[in-house]
Amino acid sequence: MKPKKRIALMIVLIIIAVMMSLPFFWMLITSIKPDTELFSWPPSFIPKNITLEHYAEVFHTKDFGRYFANSLIVACLSVVINLFFCSLAGYAFARLDFKGKNFAFIVLLSTMMIPIQVTLIPTFILVKSFPLAGGNNIFGQGGIGFLNSYFGLAVPHIMSVFGVFIMRQFYMQFPKELSEAARIDGANEIRIFTKIFLPLGKPALSTLAIFSFTQAWDDFLWPLIVTSENSMRTLQLGLEVFKSRSSADWGPLMACTSLAIVPVLIIFTVLQKYFTDTALTSGIK
Amino acid sequence: MKNQTRKNGQLSSMKKKIAFTAVIFIAPVFIYTVIFRIAPIFFSLILSFTRYDGFNAPVFNGMQNYKALMFSGEFWNSVIRTLEFSVLVLPLNMLISLIMAVLINNRIRGIGFFRALYYLPVITPLVAASMIWMWLYDPQYGVFNFFLSLFSLPPVNFLSNTSTALASVAVMRIWRGVGWNMMIYLAGLQGISAYLYEAAKLDGAGTFKQFTKITWPLLRPVHLYVLIVGLISTLQSFTEMYVMTGGGPLQSTTTVGMLIYTSAFDYMDMGYACSMSFALGIIIMVLSVISFTWKKERTEVLE
Repeated sequence: MKPKKRIALMIVLIIIAVMMSLPFFWMLITSIKPDTELFSWPPSFIPKNITLEHYAEVFHTKDFGRYFANSLIVACLSVVINLFFCSLAGYAFARLDFKGKNFAFIVLLSTMMIPIQVTLIPTFILVKSFPLAGGNNIFGQGGIGFLNSYFGLAVPHIMSVFGVFIMRQFYMQFPKELSEAARIDGANEIRIFTKIFLPLGKPALSTLAIFSFTQAWDDFLWPLIVTSENSMRTLQLGLEVFKSRSSADWGPLMACTSLAIVPVLIIFTVLQKYFTDTALTSGIK
Repeated sequence: MKNQTRKNGQLSSMKKKIAFTAVIFIAPVFIYTVIFRIAPIFFSLILSFTRYDGFNAPVFNGMQNYKALMFSGEFWNSVIRTLEFSVLVLPLNMLISLIMAVLINNRIRGIGFFRALYYLPVITPLVAASMIWMWLYDPQYGVFNFFLSLFSLPPVNFLSNTSTALASVAVMRIWRGVGWNMMIYLAGLQGISAYLYEAAKLDGAGTFKQFTKITWPLLRPVHLYVLIVGLISTLQSFTEMYVMTGGGPLQSTTTVGMLIYTSAFDYMDMGYACSMSFALGIIIMVLSVISFTWKKERTEVLE
């Protein structure tokens, strides 16, 4: 590339970068400005005084830790169950033959098109009147079922069809001979999966981990309807609660928001080297 | 001969074993999907013909919910708002993400940094993103109004003005979504063979012509993918409206998703909400099919 063109490209890239990161910059700046500076005009882009008082305030709010832990529990639960069952199913769809396989796969895939609002109310009723849970009788009456429980919070996320899809796309790329050689050597099917394909699946599993973590961490609508107790709220709900409780108290709000981004940022940075490739190949094909 | 049948027998028993394993591996996900994704559709369809408050047993009331829907100004307003939101978000989102992908597709130092930075909003939780933008839009101390004041323009009440609220939410949504589509476009760009560009260069085609004659048409399947996925997700919008505007002012940001939520969980009118969710499902399906066939025709004509 010619140097002139390269400089022009760099300038455009930087302009877009500034626009994309301005909201993050503003969030961070706000979270470390003292209130006197925060509510002054014109706003300062480089804070004159730096304070951590907003973060301290957030941590001193008893509920924050609870919300954060709840979100973490739900997200981790979702990751573990997804990794386990989606890798099994994805592997079977990619590499094991049986009658009706394609039909079963199409049935699964077609559910990805359904808007969440369609299944929302029945799923809520199902979770609320689950037989023998949360004080319910065998007909699912009388109690609260899995409302206000970690299982209830995690249940819409635990086995994603998209996860099966990612794993299938990934396992399709290996030659048939790989499984056949193992079979000839007398390895049984479970062994072939656990000893050969599970270790090979690391990139796809990392992608799946990122997806299921962010999805569960991100969710707002479902926690909003299945939790009524404050102690079971997730962080995203908590943010909304903080907002309505302390309207326009932007310092602590932005501190809280920054903290809500940290876990996904960590997961993403740790696992991202695998992420792009798998996400892309499974996204298009 | 005997040996042969034994071999066949072994082979078929092996096939059986494989099929058995496959069924065991798939069963949990399949059963889960049937219970939590497929059965609810039918359940919801049945509920949509009833009056149901979530506590007492549902009462069958025929087509009443759908009739009420047809004549509800509130519902049609929400449909229009939802479509408007998609129209505000999608074309700009696609254009910007394609430009970003073309820029990112250059091999220069530090490109990985830019790619990660452009992707950052995608992994930001939607509630967090909505919060940040509410603060940016703040009528008194918001940074956008500061920028306006630099050009001596009067402050705008972005989120509490009926003419700007929906567009303001849409801008946040575009910011959060372009990184994802950029990645999809990038994969599409990298799938285009370099030979095509070299051949075009030999024929004397400039950068612009290369883009319009090679890149753009060959990206057609990607456009389609991005468009349909975008349609499905924007038509379901709920969270950003709930957090940023609460559906207001004057219902100007009340999407169908918002209305379903308030009907079902504020007014406990779950049967009616189910009928609305079916209407939404049909709208999404029809629009996806339309965009699918439209693109197909265009491709055929070109080829």
